[in-house]
Amino acid sequence: MSPKKNNIALFFKALPRNIFSGFVVSLIALPLGLGLAMASDAPPISGIIAAIVGGIIVAIFGGSHVTIAGPGNGLVGVLLVAITTLGIESAYAAIICSGVLIMLLGFFRMGKLADFFPSSAIQGMLAAIGLIILGKQFHIMLAHKIKREDTLDYLFEIPFTINDAIHYENKGFIFAALAGVISLAIMLFYSKIRNKYLQLVPAPMWIVILSIAFSYYFELVLHEENPIEKAYMISGIPSIQNIIEDMHLPNFSKVGSFSFWGSVFAITLIASIESLLSIKAVDKLDPEKRRSNVNRDLKALGLATVGSGFLGGLNVVTVIARSSVNVNNGASNRSSNFFHATFLVLFIVLFSTQLTRIPLPALMAILVYTGYRLASPNVIKNISRIGKEQLIIFFITLLVTLKIGLITGIIAGVLTTLVIHIVINKTVSLFVRNVLKPNVLMYQEEGHNDFYVSVKHFCSFLNYYRLKEKLDAIPEDQDVIVDFSLCSFVDHTVMENMHNYHELFIKRGGHFDVIGLDMHNSDSEHPYALRRLLPVPKIIQNNLTRRQTNMESLAQNYHLAYAPKKIKDIEFLYNFLFFNTKTINHIYNKLSYKNDTISLFDIEFSEGDFIAKEVVRSTMLHINLNTNIPEFTLDREGFLEKVYAFAGFKDIPIQKHSDFSNRFYLLGDNEQDITNFFNDNLIHFFESNPYYHVESNGNALLVFSKERLASVKEIKVLFDFGKRLHQVIS
Amino acid sequence: MSLKPFHSIGIGVAFSPNLKANLFEAARLAVFFKSKLFLIHVGETSKDKVNMLSAILKSFEKDNLDYEVVFKKGNPVDVILSVTASKNIDLLVLGAAKRERFVTYYMGSIARKLTRKAKCSVLLLIKPSVERIPCEHIVVNGLKDPKTEQTITTAFYVAEQLNSEKITIVEEIKDEQVAIKVDDDKSLRRANIVKERIKLRENQRIKEIISDIPEEYTKNKLVKLQPIFGKQGYSIGHYAQISRADLLVMNAPSKMTFWDRLFPHDIEHILTELPTDVLILQ
Repeated sequence: MSPKKNNIALFFKALPRNIFSGFVVSLIALPLGLGLAMASDAPPISGIIAAIVGGIIVAIFGGSHVTIAGPGNGLVGVLLVAITTLGIESAYAAIICSGVLIMLLGFFRMGKLADFFPSSAIQGMLAAIGLIILGKQFHIMLAHKIKREDTLDYLFEIPFTINDAIHYENKGFIFAALAGVISLAIMLFYSKIRNKYLQLVPAPMWIVILSIAFSYYFELVLHEENPIEKAYMISGIPSIQNIIEDMHLPNFSKVGSFSFWGSVFAITLIASIESLLSIKAVDKLDPEKRRSNVNRDLKALGLATVGSGFLGGLNVVTVIARSSVNVNNGASNRSSNFFHATFLVLFIVLFSTQLTRIPLPALMAILVYTGYRLASPNVIKNISRIGKEQLIIFFITLLVTLKIGLITGIIAGVLTTLVIHIVINKTVSLFVRNVLKPNVLMYQEEGHNDFYVSVKHFCSFLNYYRLKEKLDAIPEDQDVIVDFSLCSFVDHTVMENMHNYHELFIKRGGHFDVIGLDMHNSDSEHPYALRRLLPVPKIIQNNLTRRQTNMESLAQNYHLAYAPKKIKDIEFLYNFLFFNTKTINHIYNKLSYKNDTISLFDIEFSEGDFIAKEVVRSTMLHINLNTNIPEFTLDREGFLEKVYAFAGFKDIPIQKHSDFSNRFYLLGDNEQDITNFFNDNLIHFFESNPYYHVESNGNALLVFSKERLASVKEIKVLFDFGKRLHQVIS
Repeated sequence: MSLKPFHSIGIGVAFSPNLKANLFEAARLAVFFKSKLFLIHVGETSKDKVNMLSAILKSFEKDNLDYEVVFKKGNPVDVILSVTASKNIDLLVLGAAKRERFVTYYMGSIARKLTRKAKCSVLLLIKPSVERIPCEHIVVNGLKDPKTEQTITTAFYVAEQLNSEKITIVEEIKDEQVAIKVDDDKSLRRANIVKERIKLRENQRIKEIISDIPEEYTKNKLVKLQPIFGKQGYSIGHYAQISRADLLVMNAPSKMTFWDRLFPHDIEHILTELPTDVLILQ
């Protein structure tokens, strides 16, 4: 059986579902494409052209699996500016140029571009785009077309428009506004109604169907003119012949001008960011857990944009909303994107004249809704939960974007983030000195398959791409431990991405643990809050890290007591030989079982003194025994990095268990007692379990493995080991 | 490959608060390596200073420490370099400074210049101390370089003299060697296969080097091989820091130009951010 053949068979087997989901997506893409194009002041059909060209080209050449390409909402703002300043023909030229740039981004493997922007700034930019869409279209939705210079003015005039709409006297306006309001109501309440027949057709298509039905009702039943004002009906949907005849040829005469290239760069920036973010988000939804080839997708999107521009269409980007509908309807490969384009062609060829029956306000209601989703109060609420500083970044980006423009807005967002990071850490040198250093180290620990990633200095949006590069080189079904303990500052962008990786790894059967952040401080309780290491940590830790919350739930599940606080009462540890030469600072994150019979904790201790002082954090298990046992130390050869102070002890061989004696170092003073104590049961236990350093001080045992903190998975294993060891001994 | 033992050890002496710790470290090394210690002082000859030094080194008399104080005037860097050459010093010991507030150590400007220009091996100490801190774990580079064989052999020699138990040989593999860029699942799988193959090849290369080392140095040592894909010179320092090594042994850099300092690589990374004591072998 060759795998190739198998693939083809699978492809045909999955075809019906892909055709179906392509059909459902095309139902959304049709009204959205018309609306987005009209919102950008382009001919309505240009949105459909973008979706068709995008669907076909990206389906053939793309590198992602279940994404849908087409005109994007993020682009409305920039395209609007481009079309008003340059004129439609030159705007097409700008679109073609941006397509070439996007292709170049793909060829130069710049898929990581999107990682350089702080996530709050991106959120701010998206919210601004949402407000631009909402502000402009809201007036059309209420049949009150206005033209203003400034995007903010559109927003400020919303109350006046509402007031005007209430007092309309012209019947045509009233019907137009009603169409808009009803459509908005459909968009808002569609998801709340759980009816499987109703849900068969997506909300935007309901709007289209209802408005066409409404128009036919007046024409065929009442024999009257459509009561909606002519000016508020979609105009200029040409038939397929006209599309081919009237093709707008791109006009490259403005190529030399500054505003032309300004538009090109703005379009490229937004198109690539929107696509990259969408691809990343859709990858998480992919039921087959595949990884998208981002750079290849960029090349395909660029090519599609060039083609779309020549045919009189808008930019082609990967769109998140349509893609998620696609996944939810059972799409499994790129063919659904292709079929979505095919169905759009069919609609245009067969029904293009019907589309003129759709009232403009109804279409704009769909856009008002998408704009609202981008800038909804929930977005702000979520950001404010993460921290006040993120809110500042968000609003500065938002306002600058609205007031000046997208490129300036995102630059302002990046600069604000940088300044805030500097202010919070009270240092510039931390960033300046270390930003260019390759501060991420990844390797596979000896004898283990899991990957250990250590990050030094600081980790923020400035150098996150280095960490991402390493993490992306790990198959998602493996175990990963990311250690930030050498990092004095970790920002929100990185925390959010770590969370995304965590989700991704869990979904694909791997493990992703972040350690070394428990000692970092933050101002909010949100798991994505930025964290910094302070010389004097706060006494009360109000923010539990993911590791700590996991330990908390572990405690609940196994009926353990959990105390994340620092405990200074650590005398019980000092009579262990291991700590003879070390100073224990404190223990924290303590999990205990049966009144401290078995307890597990993170410990911070230091070796040496004064300038030779070295702080070590580790996870250890302590077992309290009621009986007296001999003092001993059991270790695997070279298992620990450092074992001091055992001088004078000799390796005790156990008769009849040469394998055990070969694999373990058993050290102790009282040879007779120890030989008696290590009976067959105990030896069998140690032989058949993972290696740990085990030390007895006469009435208690100390068990640990690495001189670093353990991940939650390792904690479980260690705890289990301790429980069973306790049973074997007592 | 012949072994070049350290017959003479040199240390620059300035009368600073760290003097005693620095001297103790150097003297202990001289005792361990059974070599002669040269104390190089930039300045006038003075009886007082000699007396002071001999007072500090009194406790090493029982170990038969052989030392000589050299006085010479001039620019510190030139003086120390010329003395190293004239006295045939094999190993130069330099102390590092600690950056305030941060737990990072770096080399002062004089020490840096010396490291770059010295014709002999250089030992950089980040935390000289009067009490001996045992050197348990040595990390040594296993770069694919003609000097590496000598470096690894010397590292084993040093480990034997200092009674270190564990040696980790870190093979830093440049990312460029993995020709496949990870884009999707397929390329990821291929890249991982290539990486596995490179790891095996590198481990094999190091194992051959180790097998050529006289057995008296390798016996009773725990040897670990750790291939790392990362930036040459930087990742080994990072690794040494994480694995809490006591000594990092590196090849001397092949050439140094102005550009190397502007775009730091290899040893320059280590100098800006000392992870632990570093021995640079010539």
